[in-house]
Amino acid sequence: MDIVNQGLARRYRAEKRFRLYGIVAILLSMIFLAFLFISIAANGYTAFQQTFVQLDIHLDPEMLDAGSLADANYQGLVKQSLADMFPEVTTRKEKRQLYGMVSNGAAYQLQDFVRENQNRIGSVIQIWVPADDDVDMVAKGHIRRDVPEPERRVKDNQMAWIDRLQEQGRLEKRFNMTFFTAGDSREPELAGIRGAVAGSFYTLIVTLLLSFPIGVAAAVYLEEFAPKNRWTDIIEVNINNLAAVPSIVYGLLGLAVFLNFFGLPRSVPLVGGLVLTLMTLPTIIIASRAALKSVPPSIREAALGVGASRTQMVMHHVLPLALPGMLTGTIIGMAQALGETAPLLMIGMVAFIVDIPGGFTDPATVLPVQIFLWADSPERAFLERTSAAIMVLLAFLVTMNALAVFLRKKFERRW
Amino acid sequence: MSSSNLLLVLLMLTTAGYYLGRKKAFAVAEATGKGQRILHSRPTYYGALAALWCAIPALVIFFFWQTFESTVITQLVIAGLPSDFQALPSERLGLVMNDIKNLVHGNIISGDISPAIQAAADHYTRLETISHATLAVLVLVVGIAGILWIQQKMTPLLRARNHVETLVKYLLVACASIAIFTTIGIVLSVLYEAIRFFKVIPVHEFLFGLDWSPQMAIRADQVGSSGAFGAIPVFMGTLLISAIAMCVAVPIGLMSAIYLSEYAGKRFRAVVKPLLEILAGVPTVVYGFFAALVVAPMIRNAGVTLGLDVSSESALAAGLVMGIMIIPFVSSLSDDVINAVPQSLRDGALGLGSTHSETVRLVVLPAALPGIVGGVLLAVSRAIGETMIVVMAAGLAANLTVNPLKTVTTVTVQIVTLLVGDQEFDSPKTLAAFALGLMLFIITLILNVIALVVVRKYREQYE
Repeated sequence: MDIVNQGLARRYRAEKRFRLYGIVAILLSMIFLAFLFISIAANGYTAFQQTFVQLDIHLDPEMLDAGSLADANYQGLVKQSLADMFPEVTTRKEKRQLYGMVSNGAAYQLQDFVRENQNRIGSVIQIWVPADDDVDMVAKGHIRRDVPEPERRVKDNQMAWIDRLQEQGRLEKRFNMTFFTAGDSREPELAGIRGAVAGSFYTLIVTLLLSFPIGVAAAVYLEEFAPKNRWTDIIEVNINNLAAVPSIVYGLLGLAVFLNFFGLPRSVPLVGGLVLTLMTLPTIIIASRAALKSVPPSIREAALGVGASRTQMVMHHVLPLALPGMLTGTIIGMAQALGETAPLLMIGMVAFIVDIPGGFTDPATVLPVQIFLWADSPERAFLERTSAAIMVLLAFLVTMNALAVFLRKKFERRW
Repeated sequence: MSSSNLLLVLLMLTTAGYYLGRKKAFAVAEATGKGQRILHSRPTYYGALAALWCAIPALVIFFFWQTFESTVITQLVIAGLPSDFQALPSERLGLVMNDIKNLVHGNIISGDISPAIQAAADHYTRLETISHATLAVLVLVVGIAGILWIQQKMTPLLRARNHVETLVKYLLVACASIAIFTTIGIVLSVLYEAIRFFKVIPVHEFLFGLDWSPQMAIRADQVGSSGAFGAIPVFMGTLLISAIAMCVAVPIGLMSAIYLSEYAGKRFRAVVKPLLEILAGVPTVVYGFFAALVVAPMIRNAGVTLGLDVSSESALAAGLVMGIMIIPFVSSLSDDVINAVPQSLRDGALGLGSTHSETVRLVVLPAALPGIVGGVLLAVSRAIGETMIVVMAAGLAANLTVNPLKTVTTVTVQIVTLLVGDQEFDSPKTLAAFALGLMLFIITLILNVIALVVVRKYREQYE
């Protein structure tokens, strides 16, 4: 007894330590999670605002001939207005720096404005145009002033101009609509996620339309009809293996089969959807089988007992009861497909595409791939846009998963 | 008629077929004078039978046509080209065909349009129009014929329900077999290209070579024209990063699983488990971004303060983040296994006077070990196949090193870099990607099979 008591304190300490390890492990993973989300949110929230510059532009009737509004020199008008604002700028180099302070998109915005307000030609208008991404970064404090000038993208004279603009109230941060309405662009201030979101949407539609019916049908067959034989065993093992095959291998399959063998076009949502279908099918089949398994045998026996055929029993009784579970599995599969990047790289959905895709066979990219592309861009402004795009993607994923949880809670039945 | 319109029309036709079939069934029944009861099946089955016979053959034709249309047209156009074009080697001919296709689809094409190419493009457009029209007619005729055939066969004794059920069953079998076809497709496509690669580069050179620099020079006299395809550095890099990932994921994942299943209260569990699952739901591209832009600079700065030379694309950053991603994977699998250990074992150990942690360490874990090993193997296969994190955070240079602060490359990174962007399909460079893909597939397959067998065996033991 004494021997036991002697060891007891030590053993209790070991017990405490062991518990501590467990808590530390959980804490560590929670810290990782929090750190991940906080760092992304901290990097990204500024992207929802964009700096605009107010310009006074004299719509010179000589330059804006009514007959050729489309090819007038709008860029020149914007430059002229900047030059008027800072008359002291004379050297070529400084002028180039000055003109670089508003976005290239300003000219297009001006063009749209003139087309809609032709009666204003000849007058001086005040218009807010997006600032260049470097100016934007200065205004948001991402380009620090205490860095020595040669290492800074924005030089001292530009800093001074920015300060002047700010004093005059000509620099303002506004909600960044462009981010949600534009396609991709080389200019961060003109780049948006609309194209990628549309691409993701079309890709997911194809995936859903194919993988849900096929997955449910396969699960019904395997669970309800399949005889226990070699063939069924092979299918089962296969499905379990496919669920664990790395996603990039599906990309290789898509490249070799869909693009090179069948000759389908590159970079289109249709092919992306096909590849993601193959990838999500195992998930959906496994979830659907679990849902079918949870329907109690008494339901089946009762249906068969009143004279239903096997097909009728499945279609009329088992399937409706299992459907919520199947839907939950499908939504989770879709969420997985939405976040998937690697296989889509293989089938060419990484192209730089400015246009917003309008159908299943338009070249497109998807949201995760857009994130990948932006993450590679050197501009500081793309960093915050990448984080913002990640926030949008995560928002979609959270919504889908919440929907799945809600469906499960709502239709969950205990027999 | 465009394919989507054609499918829509077919859908309408199928719906019409359903109603026509049902109506016909009623009509047939009324004609006998005994009413609906004389029918063998319920009227909807007659409708469904007509609809199925309308849709299935038409769809089969549609898909086959779509699959082979462009190949056949291309062959026909090539056959119609002037003979000096046909004498071109196959790559040049492919370029010419590309020009023609671009011309047809109104894209920008390279160079001037010669009259021969213009003629070929017109020929292509004409053939395409003919093909589309033929397909539309064929599909609709087959669909209508299906409906009419069923209409004509309709008698009160037609065993419509049994027919429909058989058809449905075949459909289900077809859907279930897609899994098999996917596997076959993966194996065949990857294997085929890999074999082409191994014809150029011998297998042993690929598997045991120590040098990886997958370039093929355009001219023979260029520097590095030979290209080296020894994959050992790539495999080592993959192993290094996976090992780092497992060093993070296994202890943390296992300990959290133990704590959650053995110590935690119900409410704590209900909060923490979903939070852990969130880690698994975050897309890998997000982890990649996190690794490349947050973790890698942090590690680099930490290294600089400690006076270490850390590469900005160190294996450590990628491995660490990959480990975080795998934590929930390890923890949920181990959680399942630990929960499957019978309570009687725990009760026995506690009854003999061991503390809770001793029970866990000396009784529960050994009992759960096979399952945990299986789970860890699955996690390893996950780590090896993980792509986006390493593409974004690990490097491209294939260094043969085990120093986690240096840059290494992995199988998946190489596949992506070799295949993204412009590619010619028969250079060893692109084919090398398929050889790497084959290795990746085989290794993950072996790991998965072992893990599944182990887990299944173990489960049966306690059930």
